[in-house]
Amino acid sequence: MISNFAKAGWRFKRPSVIPGFGLTLGFTLAYLALIVLIPLAGLVWRSASLGFTGFWNVAVDPRTVNALKISFGTSFVAALVNVFFGVIVAWVLVRYRFPGRRIVDAIVDLPFALPTAVAGIALTSLYARNGWIGHLLEPLGIKVAFTPIGITIALIFVGLPFVVRTVQPVMEEIRKEVEEAAATLGANRFQTITQVLLPGLQPAILTGFALAFARAVGEYGSVIFIAGNLPYVSEIAPLLIVIRLEEFDYAGATAIATIMLLISFFMLFVINLIQAWSRRRYGYGT
Amino acid sequence: MDVRVSGVRKEFDRFPALHDVSLDINSGELIALLGPSGSGKTTLLRLIAGLETPTDGKVFFGDEDASLKSVQERNVGFVFQHYALFRHMTVIDNVGFGLKVRPSNTRPSTDEIRRRSSELLDFVQLSGLEKRYPAQLSGGQRQRVALARAMAIEPRILLLDEPFGALDAKVRKELRRWLREIHDKTKHTTVFVTHDQDEALELADRVVVMSQGRIEQIGTPDEVYDKPNSPFVYSFIGESSTLGVRVENGELWLADRPIGLKSELPNGDASLYFRPHDVEIVDGSQACIAGTVVASRRVGATRRVELDLRGSADRVEIGITADHPATEMSGIAFRPKHWRVFPKN
Amino acid sequence: MALDQPRTKDPTAIARHATTERRTARYLLTGTALVFLGLFLLLPLVSVFVEAFRKGPAAYFAAFPEPDALAAIRLTLLVAAIAVPLNVIFGVVAAWAIAKFEFKGKAFLTTLIDLPFSVSPVISGLVYVLLFSSHSLLGPWFKSHGIEVLFAVPGIVLATVFVTFPFVARELIPLMQEQGTTDEEAALSLGANGWQTFWHVTLPNIKWGLLYGVLLCNARAMGEFGAVSVVSGHIRGLTNTMPLHVEILYNEYNFVAAFAVASLLALLALVTLVLKSLLELRYGTELRAAGGH
Repeated sequence: MISNFAKAGWRFKRPSVIPGFGLTLGFTLAYLALIVLIPLAGLVWRSASLGFTGFWNVAVDPRTVNALKISFGTSFVAALVNVFFGVIVAWVLVRYRFPGRRIVDAIVDLPFALPTAVAGIALTSLYARNGWIGHLLEPLGIKVAFTPIGITIALIFVGLPFVVRTVQPVMEEIRKEVEEAAATLGANRFQTITQVLLPGLQPAILTGFALAFARAVGEYGSVIFIAGNLPYVSEIAPLLIVIRLEEFDYAGATAIATIMLLISFFMLFVINLIQAWSRRRYGYGT
Repeated sequence: MDVRVSGVRKEFDRFPALHDVSLDINSGELIALLGPSGSGKTTLLRLIAGLETPTDGKVFFGDEDASLKSVQERNVGFVFQHYALFRHMTVIDNVGFGLKVRPSNTRPSTDEIRRRSSELLDFVQLSGLEKRYPAQLSGGQRQRVALARAMAIEPRILLLDEPFGALDAKVRKELRRWLREIHDKTKHTTVFVTHDQDEALELADRVVVMSQGRIEQIGTPDEVYDKPNSPFVYSFIGESSTLGVRVENGELWLADRPIGLKSELPNGDASLYFRPHDVEIVDGSQACIAGTVVASRRVGATRRVELDLRGSADRVEIGITADHPATEMSGIAFRPKHWRVFPKN
Repeated sequence: MALDQPRTKDPTAIARHATTERRTARYLLTGTALVFLGLFLLLPLVSVFVEAFRKGPAAYFAAFPEPDALAAIRLTLLVAAIAVPLNVIFGVVAAWAIAKFEFKGKAFLTTLIDLPFSVSPVISGLVYVLLFSSHSLLGPWFKSHGIEVLFAVPGIVLATVFVTFPFVARELIPLMQEQGTTDEEAALSLGANGWQTFWHVTLPNIKWGLLYGVLLCNARAMGEFGAVSVVSGHIRGLTNTMPLHVEILYNEYNFVAAFAVASLLALLALVTLVLKSLLELRYGTELRAAGGH
């Protein structure tokens, strides 16, 4: 795997005595291109071949627009909920000591580990009319399963760890002295938290929000079971792609996917901006 | 504001950090708490601030018992070793923070806060940096902001925890002189913690020397340097040489000869402490300490020689003039000019 | 919330107010966090097992000897057995190139490696459909050579490799960057060749991080649904992985069987979490550089 292949050294690389640069970088680029870049480029190429009008027709199709609205709306709400509870969960895990804390900490990662389809059917059975939670909500007139609320709940499930795991390490690094300084200056605990600690966590919270949001927009497995998938009501964009594929409407699927991809890249860009801004101003990244 | 610490004891998880410490701080004084790490100096400072609660004892601000007040209510200005600036706030917002969080009935207007903050920044010679963030400042500048922030609340007492500890040597020296000037102008009652004896001696009106959770000595820099009252203070402040001796009927003996020093200690083994540079060279015929030079090195304007003493396993160091003819293996005799002897325990 | 100015005269509590909340606030926050986690994370997990055993253990265990279920389990294991080693090799090689050398465009390359994480699983599947469908460039060529990619095992493997692509690399890159190059330089100066240096010096340093990455990569590989669903064609007994099989059973209202298969996947998730926590507990400081997920 490692050889003296790159001994001569290329111009764009700082000289190093460590061998294997050419081989490892070459392999990395080749594998990256084969698995990720060429297939993604194929999507973009296919989308470009639709032409502007073809693309536009799909983009303004009411069903597409509604699916995108539902996807982004529910993802936004879910990410907001996750920011609120995620920050509390992170705070409790970092600051308080209680029996079973390690187990609770481990459970936060459950959505990373549990296959989405499993989460999907489990949530559906919980929130269906005869489910554990559904039958409690039924008399109150709240329908969760097969509505956008159900979608939101599934997206809360998949997004939570992104917020907690982004905020938690930054919280751990808060120096006790900063809080003591605020206290000696006369700030009460509430002021210390709202004016000193939370604003300091702002970049991490924003990043966590963006990550949870980005993940939620693309989520498929945990949503489709609970969503009910009614066109114009509870049909998410990823599902619409699958439906178009099953109709062999490759052009339609490609156009929706391209829109989503562009938005994902935009989110990625925004996340990087937040990090750069935070590093420049506060001297730390997240 | 006079501050009185009275019989304070502090334990952390049953580990004693301070034993029965009492200290009177006079209004307008600049006091150094000096000691090695683990001596309890920072704990004492934090107890005064209200960042720790004493296990026993009380802290008085003037006549008022401050022990029952929270840190927010004590109105102390605290400066931390690592600045503890709020990194998401600009310099001027950091300085104004203490005023901004006051309850609305005592809070100055936004303009007034801004005006007072810039005034303080001017005072600590940082005008022009108002809009910077702490990450964009040097260590010395950050510590100035921290001091301005602490002074903004018009504290009853300023407490500084190793304020120069995180700075490099040159900046530390500058800030030291600058802090003294600030203090002379404002006359804030100030307590600072340091492990650097030069800092304490140069800066403070009085020095409190601490060791292992106890106060060893309180006095002016001259007093603690010239008249150390314990072996610890002798060895911790300045240079000292130690020699095991014997007290016999009011006279100090080294092996089989008296060394010409008197003591009121009872008969028995004792330790003699003196400053290496504070000795007189005598000729060996009288009562003195005599030895053979085993090593010699040049220190600034003087020469330091290490002596192997007749009749003692200890080696001592003394200072002699640079032009003294003593070389290695030559004999030399001396008597300390100022010295103290403590019973051996 | 009761976080306002402390007025208590309990002397032992006075100093604590500088850095923590009052007891009521602490209990309130802890309670909120636990209830939220219980409701949104724990309850779904518990319900998988409850639903699976709803009709008793006999019905539960009857779900597994089904030929289709067995085929799904076999396919899932096969796919993971191919995808995980591929991404392990890639991850180690990429981390070596990125962490041990300084070159232009490194940050961009790292971003590209993370790209599959920001792509919807459905799109991850779609790109292969577009690449290998009968209307595409590659599809007919492969077909004429007798290789079925789409709606067959190769397509499932490709989609799985795509979605699990960054797991090992993103675990190792920060870890190896943290460790620097001095160990390798020392080994080289002592006469070791490149391969010996990697095998005897670098690998022992990264083994726990590598294991951590493998664990997460494997969990995702076995559990991937969206991407695989798009490329598989849902042919029972042939191109159904366990998650896809769960979907089919569920859509046929065969809930007990669906949850029974799902419970196996949930167990896999639990084992992953336990091993992950143990690794973090035991080798936390070594892994910390890696962070992330």
